[in-house]
Amino acid sequence: MNNELLNTLNSIVANATPLVIASLGETITERAGVVNLSLNGSIILAAMVGFVAALVTNSALVGVLAAMFIGMLVALLVAAAAIELRQDQVAVGFVLTLLAADLAQFLGQSYTRIPGPQILNTPLPLLSDIPVVGPVFFRQTILVYISYALVIGLWYWLFRTRPGLAHRAIGERPAAAFARGTQVNRLRYIYTAAGGALVGLAGAAYSLSVKAGWATPPSMDGDGWIALAIVIFGGWHPFRVVLGAYLFSGLRALATVIQRTPGISIPIVLLNGVPWLLMIITLLLVSSGAIERLLRLLPRQVQGWSRNFLRSDPPAALGTRFEPE
Amino acid sequence: MKSQTLTAQAALTALPIILSLAITALLVMAVGADPREVFTLVWEGAFRDLRAVGQVVNFWIPLTLCSIGLVVTFTAGLWNIGVEGQMILGAVFASWAALTLDLPAPILVPVEILLAMLGGALWALLVGVLKVRLGVHEIFGGVALNALANVIAIYLISGPWQPPEGGSVRATPPFPAPALLPPLSDTFKVSLLALVIVVVAVVGVWLALRGTRWGLQLKATGKNARSAMLLGVPTGRSALSAFIVCGMLAGIAGSYRVLFTYNSLRPGVSGGIGFLGLLVVLLVANRALWAPLVAFAFAAVLGGSARLKIALQLDASLAGVLQGFLVLTALLSNGLRARLAPPTPISMIEEPAPQPIPAEAAHEQ
Repeated sequence: MNNELLNTLNSIVANATPLVIASLGETITERAGVVNLSLNGSIILAAMVGFVAALVTNSALVGVLAAMFIGMLVALLVAAAAIELRQDQVAVGFVLTLLAADLAQFLGQSYTRIPGPQILNTPLPLLSDIPVVGPVFFRQTILVYISYALVIGLWYWLFRTRPGLAHRAIGERPAAAFARGTQVNRLRYIYTAAGGALVGLAGAAYSLSVKAGWATPPSMDGDGWIALAIVIFGGWHPFRVVLGAYLFSGLRALATVIQRTPGISIPIVLLNGVPWLLMIITLLLVSSGAIERLLRLLPRQVQGWSRNFLRSDPPAALGTRFEPE
Repeated sequence: MKSQTLTAQAALTALPIILSLAITALLVMAVGADPREVFTLVWEGAFRDLRAVGQVVNFWIPLTLCSIGLVVTFTAGLWNIGVEGQMILGAVFASWAALTLDLPAPILVPVEILLAMLGGALWALLVGVLKVRLGVHEIFGGVALNALANVIAIYLISGPWQPPEGGSVRATPPFPAPALLPPLSDTFKVSLLALVIVVVAVVGVWLALRGTRWGLQLKATGKNARSAMLLGVPTGRSALSAFIVCGMLAGIAGSYRVLFTYNSLRPGVSGGIGFLGLLVVLLVANRALWAPLVAFAFAAVLGGSARLKIALQLDASLAGVLQGFLVLTALLSNGLRARLAPPTPISMIEEPAPQPIPAEAAHEQ
């Protein structure tokens, strides 16, 4: 396989990583029944704080931790407003997404376009020498390796452990979970915070690696919304979520490649619309029964399995309140 | 007892304003500026003289149009985040007429505004059809269509509509005089026609929501779509009509930005006014007549912040920070108020306060 293709695939994985981390974080939150709609703003604010913290302390690790803290803080606000103050999660999340983005722009105004610390690639010994797979997946930053661990870890947690079962239960049937002794609202706080920390990590993955630095307007603006859509496309399942993020990143890269092909002239500005068209199309696929029709074209043996894999049902209690009484 | 609760109520109403001002002051200090200086500058920027007030009104007009449109969609229980894109499409449609049609002003201006309404309505209808017929939640449809509207505008500005001197993405050539809305006077630069449209829109929406069958159906759809449908309300059509009305009003708002504020089409023509409208509506809920008042306060902050960058080297996003904190603290203190309220005797329970967003709207995906 030629080098250029391997490099493209490598960068597709790298560019998808913040989306993977953010949408896995949101998956954790939404599986517990809470919608954190603030993703776009949270990621931007976390990216700014992460970059500035790393710059000031000259430590990428401090930057990452600061970004995670910010993501967690915003998520906890959503949880507290929803659980303690009985406010609509969507409303609070929407206000926070605007507020966080403006806050980032205001507080980060003297840190724009200056070089700062970056997280560099650390090829993994042995694994990076595997042909094709090595150069694509294992010559990446440590954040990318963390994202692999998160996917597998979250899947194992949700579907193979007892606390994971309770995690899903409070998103599906909180009353039943409560009757069995689960502290629904306390767990919702914990999972919203955990998901928010990952959203913050995604912000750091932008400002310390994929789109290193800080600028206004923020270069990652919009990706938070795409991450929210990927959670839906992914049917709240870690494997499908990561697939969605890679697919998305891949199609984005493809659009750039097509644009560069001699003989095809698409104005660059129109390319900026591609992710958003993709977002509409993917949501159409999972929500309008079109996938069901496509599935019927497959051989019968794989239909049941793939239907199961492609189903996209939200947690039944998503966005609702639970009052133990 | 009663006066005590009244005081508590008043305190909880004032709390968000005081709190958001205090937080903003702290943030201003955090970036090394003097909050008194900033607040004075914003106040004077908004109310120093007639010219400054005119600037505020120029934000207020499109903001009120968007807000009043969003009152309609909120009443129907819809999160029309796509309002920004609807503004942009309105601006694009009006710009097409301004750049290509060679008509006298009394014909051209109404044509531009009607086209803007058409553009906004079409973009809103797309969100509506995606939501009602194809099951794509309006928040995601709206966000995507906002971005696509932006792409369309930038493409037109940098391509087919670029100025003759070429290759700029800054703006189209300025529109000819007959295409523009005339200002009231040289010192008070505001369009009379637009003011009239705003008044008609606010009063019209207020009347339609409280006194017509359509308004009743919207309310029923917004309160509980399923039972409304069981009672024979055409909820799908009701939702689509709400989108179309909001889109038309947002379209006019967009046309005002190009036909009066900028005299040309430029990137980011909506200026976040649509999103700001959503914040306004979160504060006023379904009370249409409050929308213009809250919108005026927001417009004053926006207009007043315009000179922050030049005078104090502060980013104008401070306006958004203040507005964001205001709405956030208002939502939180609403919740606090509900929690602190003494349990009401059954005989005193009235209809529950209007909820801006029904919970179902959040998760129909």
